[in-house]
Amino acid sequence: METKLRIVLPDQQLLKLYEQMFLAREFEERCAEQYTKGHITGFLHLYSGQEAVAVGATAALHRDDYIISAYREHAQAIVRGAEPKRVMAELFGKATGICKGKGGSMHLFDPALNFMGGYAIVGGQFPISLGLAFASRYRGEDRITACFFGDGAVNQGTFHESLNWARLWELPVLFVCENNFYGIGTEVHRSSALANIHKRTCGYDIPSEKVDGMDVIAVYKAVKYAAEKVRESGLPYFIEATTYRFRGHSMSDPGKYRSAAEHELWKSRDPLPNYARRLTEEGIADRKVLDAIEARCKARVEEAVQFAEQSPWPEDEQVWEDIYV
Amino acid sequence: MSEMNYRDALNLALKEEMRRDPSVVTWGEDVALYEGSFKVTRGLLAEFGEERVKDTPISENTIVGVTVGAAMGGLRPVAELMTVNFALLAMDQIVNHMSKARYMFGGQTFLPMVIRMPGGGGSQLGAQHSQSLETFFMHCPGLRVAYPATPADAKGLLKSAIRDNNPVIFLEHELLYNSKGEVPEDPEFLVPLGKADVKRPGEQVTIVAYARMTVLALQAAEELAKEGISCEVLDLRSLAPLDEPAILASVGKTGRAVVVEECWRTCGLGAEIATRIFENCFDSLQAPVRRVSGLDVPMPYSRKIEKLCIPQKETIVQAVKAVMQGKY
Ligand SMILES: Cc1ncc(C[n+]2csc(CCOP(=O)(O)OP(=O)(O)O)c2C)c(N)n1
Ligand SMILES: [Mg+2]
Repeated sequence: METKLRIVLPDQQLLKLYEQMFLAREFEERCAEQYTKGHITGFLHLYSGQEAVAVGATAALHRDDYIISAYREHAQAIVRGAEPKRVMAELFGKATGICKGKGGSMHLFDPALNFMGGYAIVGGQFPISLGLAFASRYRGEDRITACFFGDGAVNQGTFHESLNWARLWELPVLFVCENNFYGIGTEVHRSSALANIHKRTCGYDIPSEKVDGMDVIAVYKAVKYAAEKVRESGLPYFIEATTYRFRGHSMSDPGKYRSAAEHELWKSRDPLPNYARRLTEEGIADRKVLDAIEARCKARVEEAVQFAEQSPWPEDEQVWEDIYV
Repeated sequence: MSEMNYRDALNLALKEEMRRDPSVVTWGEDVALYEGSFKVTRGLLAEFGEERVKDTPISENTIVGVTVGAAMGGLRPVAELMTVNFALLAMDQIVNHMSKARYMFGGQTFLPMVIRMPGGGGSQLGAQHSQSLETFFMHCPGLRVAYPATPADAKGLLKSAIRDNNPVIFLEHELLYNSKGEVPEDPEFLVPLGKADVKRPGEQVTIVAYARMTVLALQAAEELAKEGISCEVLDLRSLAPLDEPAILASVGKTGRAVVVEECWRTCGLGAEIATRIFENCFDSLQAPVRRVSGLDVPMPYSRKIEKLCIPQKETIVQAVKAVMQGKY
């Protein structure tokens, strides 16, 4: 049985979760459109389908907590507070982008938001998350580090090195595995001997649990509990959120390796309409309220696209800037 | 001034910077309790305690990545990789992360960190423990690379590296740890990164060298002086950024250059330096630039043939004489 929403959070915040998920979805779908128009180039990995993970998890963290992620991170940055227009401008390669157009889709970063980067080397963020967590502890900050990664990243050496190390040094890191069951075109059973990913942590004495990553409330509750554990104990914790991406790995992937039936099954579990249904069924919002939220998100993303389009390109001299301090 | 060896000079640099700045921390394999496999971190655990001097697992890539994260999080970490050979396991964090985090994040972060690594050949440690990989790091934008030849430079450069806000690869030559020299005691004694040093002034040939090659170049210059050949020995000290003005000024004066490199010859730093000389002071050259290099082979064990693979005083002397005779 599903938990009654009002037991978990006040109405205002429940609605905010919906707004953030909708904003993330709208942002990604407009990215796809802008890619097709040739305004966004390079690699573009969209998050559609996985929104409940970023939104539920970020809501459960403190604003001071570090977030670090991989290359499918637009939603994580935006949910943390990055302006959609500055993220869109980054994807357009414009000087007004969140990283001045030097990072692109896979390398969003904003220290003012404690959003410590998107990394495009699978598994590259694990060790960095440990260093951030060590620095926080050393400086006496009440801050944990949430490290997001995919099911494909758990077979990198850095994953195993970092789990061992995080436990050994007793670092306040919350590992969040977004298991969408595929690393590009390889299904998890084809790459992992133990596909039940959260069970791997017993080798490192790190507690772990699995959560339904299509349910924003389930993610929120699990991360809330886990983050408190990490904060109290100073020790790492591990969450595996099972989820699904509705699009291909990147824009260049038609996704032929997944069956229509599988796709349909996961589509029926789409976190957005399901959560909207719960909000209305429990009398937290009616369709009019939701429509207003959706219209607001659409306007924000439209504004982001316009901003990106109208923004200037980086100056040629900027190519030499920011290599050294 | 007091006389000390290269190891103790490095040790003193670490201690002084850790005393001066509580955000300086250090870690690596066998660094704390065992005090370093080359004993560079002797006494640090006792003085600074477990939270500032830490042993790590044998996980090189993660050692560098943790250091990147700690620097991003506001510390000034100094990591030790047991030897440069093991840095190859950490090239992902060094090249893909440490060197470019600042750039790809649009200048919104900086990494005040140092990765120390002993290296170089000549101790019959075989192919996997005798490498000179300095060129690998020089090739990558975003890194600073230092490689001192003397105890004084070792101390002054390491202190500058720790205070610098860029990531620094700090190379130490294993055969120099016991070498002695005068070292300034002033805790504010710094050697700037990116500045070469004329270790011996001369008129006819510039020998460009670094680290242990500088020591050999000085011995060669001494011998050549007895035969009436005046060599200027330019010790690079920093390999990135290269002190190109110093190289060009010296070669502009002498008109001849020999570049000595311990690394492999192909695409080595000698090729880079010779090219810069040709590009910029072709007109003042009286002979082509010559390179004295490590042989392009995996290092053999047997000391009889290992010697062939590393520049020696004699090979430098021969190269200088060849340049003097205009032979090529
Ligand atoms: C070290 C490395 N190897 C390979 C790749 C190419 N690559 C990019 S994404 C990816 C799959 C990763 O899958 P997962 O971790 O499950 O993340 P997801 O894309 O599903 O979000 C691969 C193999 C890479 N970027 N880095
Ligand atoms: Mg995946």
